[in-house]
Amino acid sequence: MAMIKISHDKCTLCGTCIKECPFDAIEIKDDKLYINENCTLCGLCVKVCPEGALEKEEKAAPRTDLNHYRGIWFFAESREGKLTPVAFEMLSGALKLKESLGEEVSGVVIGSGTEGFAAELGSRGADKVYIIDDESLAHFQEEAYALAMAGLIEKYLPSIVIAGATMMGRAFIPSVAAMVRTGLTADCTGIDIDPGTRLLLQTRPTFGGNLMARIVCRNHRPQMSTIRPKIFDEAPVSRDSKAEVVNEPFDPSAVKNRVEFCGRQKVENMVDLQESEVIVSGGRGMKEPKNFALIKELADALGGAVGASRAAVDAGWMPYPHQVGQTGKTVKPKIYIACGISGAIQHLAGMQTSDYIIAINKDPEAPIFRVANLGIVGDVFEILPALTRKIKEKNS
Amino acid sequence: MNIIVCVKQVPDTFEVKIDPETKRIVREGVESVINPYDNYAIEEAVRIRERFGGKVTAISMGPPQAEKALREAVAMGVDDTLLLTDREFAGSDTLATSYILSCGIRKLKDFDVIVCGRETLDGSTGQVGPEIAYHLGIPYITYVSKVIDISAGSIHCVRLMEDHYEEVRTKTPVLITVIKEINQPRIPSLKGMLKAKKAVVSMCRCCEMDGEKCNYGQEGSPTRVVDVWTEQMQKDGKKFEGEPEDLAGILLNELKNLGVV
Repeated sequence: MAMIKISHDKCTLCGTCIKECPFDAIEIKDDKLYINENCTLCGLCVKVCPEGALEKEEKAAPRTDLNHYRGIWFFAESREGKLTPVAFEMLSGALKLKESLGEEVSGVVIGSGTEGFAAELGSRGADKVYIIDDESLAHFQEEAYALAMAGLIEKYLPSIVIAGATMMGRAFIPSVAAMVRTGLTADCTGIDIDPGTRLLLQTRPTFGGNLMARIVCRNHRPQMSTIRPKIFDEAPVSRDSKAEVVNEPFDPSAVKNRVEFCGRQKVENMVDLQESEVIVSGGRGMKEPKNFALIKELADALGGAVGASRAAVDAGWMPYPHQVGQTGKTVKPKIYIACGISGAIQHLAGMQTSDYIIAINKDPEAPIFRVANLGIVGDVFEILPALTRKIKEKNS
Repeated sequence: MNIIVCVKQVPDTFEVKIDPETKRIVREGVESVINPYDNYAIEEAVRIRERFGGKVTAISMGPPQAEKALREAVAMGVDDTLLLTDREFAGSDTLATSYILSCGIRKLKDFDVIVCGRETLDGSTGQVGPEIAYHLGIPYITYVSKVIDISAGSIHCVRLMEDHYEEVRTKTPVLITVIKEINQPRIPSLKGMLKAKKAVVSMCRCCEMDGEKCNYGQEGSPTRVVDVWTEQMQKDGKKFEGEPEDLAGILLNELKNLGVV
């Protein structure tokens, strides 16, 4: 069993590790340091110990011959017969890894009616595109997509597979990882190659963004991550590059656990918040549902989307798909405008990595100002209409 | 109908604050709670029983004190509980955790529906539910916002995607992960709380399960955390007060500089 080893002769009982441990797993018992059952082996204590008295014992034999695995793959997500922006973002991430690793970048397309996808991915820099095109894959379903992807991985043995941490990616990629028995790191905000070990370094926030963790997958392949949308810019079209195309067949009868698609319910005004460059969000400070019209008008004037805090959603002012924060969506737009949002930690967790944050709130002490690049202390009901008017004047 | 709900005890991170001086997480007085998403899963499991009959069992993996979370589940209407607890389980990543939970679920034998929360508050991976379904060889549907019907060996429900909802149907046994929109979790009744107090939480150690030990804990976990640090999101932002017109002007200028106006 792996565990944290304590060198009692080095330990001075200074208490640094006890204070740092996020899990309350370290205590002093009979004048000795003791690690209790709360320990998750996160290793923070090893890092902070000033005496070097703590050590993480590792015990895991390599299960896979790693040398057979080569190549950087990304899942090229498509919806309604079109590649999504996140597909090009993942391509951009894969190309970044290629700079350090020097391995080929391949896109994986799964769906039906995928003509033109390979050319588009090729023109943006993909070396190769694997296509599994079958009528039975027209609608997304977890197991079918997972089987398709896992089959490809087992046949061609890539060393890295990345996918967008979208609802689709987070729904089926875990199954792929379980099928090929490898590790998967969810919702990464950074990926890099360790120059020494050439391993994929995966960075992700935990505890609602309060703690960052770097994760590696040493002895299993491929190394897999889902990556938050908007972390990478879309890979641009470069003139004359072309991808090699590999078409693979799909056997629908292999899908034992079919999920049947019975219909689609489109909701009016429902936008994909994670794909929006500008988000204008309202919170408790909007006071009434009808005041969200002010938010909507500003969002429209800026070509952005409307978000809402948990308080506003729980009060029934906005539907749940608009909720930003820990129990809603995590967003990273270019500009996030928080209106009448105090900035509870669970809201900050969903938006604090936005490129530029503007906060409008009448309470100068509101926590939202701590993460804001620009803070406006004032009344949203006066400022929002004035701002929307000025933008319209400017645009006309 | 046999319904299983997966529950995790997490530190109440809603309470987590960063000490501005030391830049560390302030942990004093941080309670352990049921993962907030799991409250929706527990509520939905109980509602499925209320609609279609049967029994609800809550299962968890964690340290012995996680039995508190299972007691809270009993207070909300769960009939039975099972806690998988063993030092061998420590250091499990999502693959190992889902394997261990699937072994525990197999011990419970018959089940029709497994309900999980969308993700946990601490890890936020959302991977354990789908991976459990894989280990059990059953279908799963993520982000369920409504269970329309469960009958004749099939489930019919609505699930959320990025910009629309979909109606889907599959066979049971099935695993679903649910989102906040699906229900409003009940406040435990006095009767429920009394029942929770008296409840006996069954504990199951690794030797009582049929799984392969090499798939547990750190040995069964392909991923390793190699570094952790706290990140302060503090920005040295500008802050303005004044007349609304002036403030709107400042905003307009900034939006111009950012290239969106």
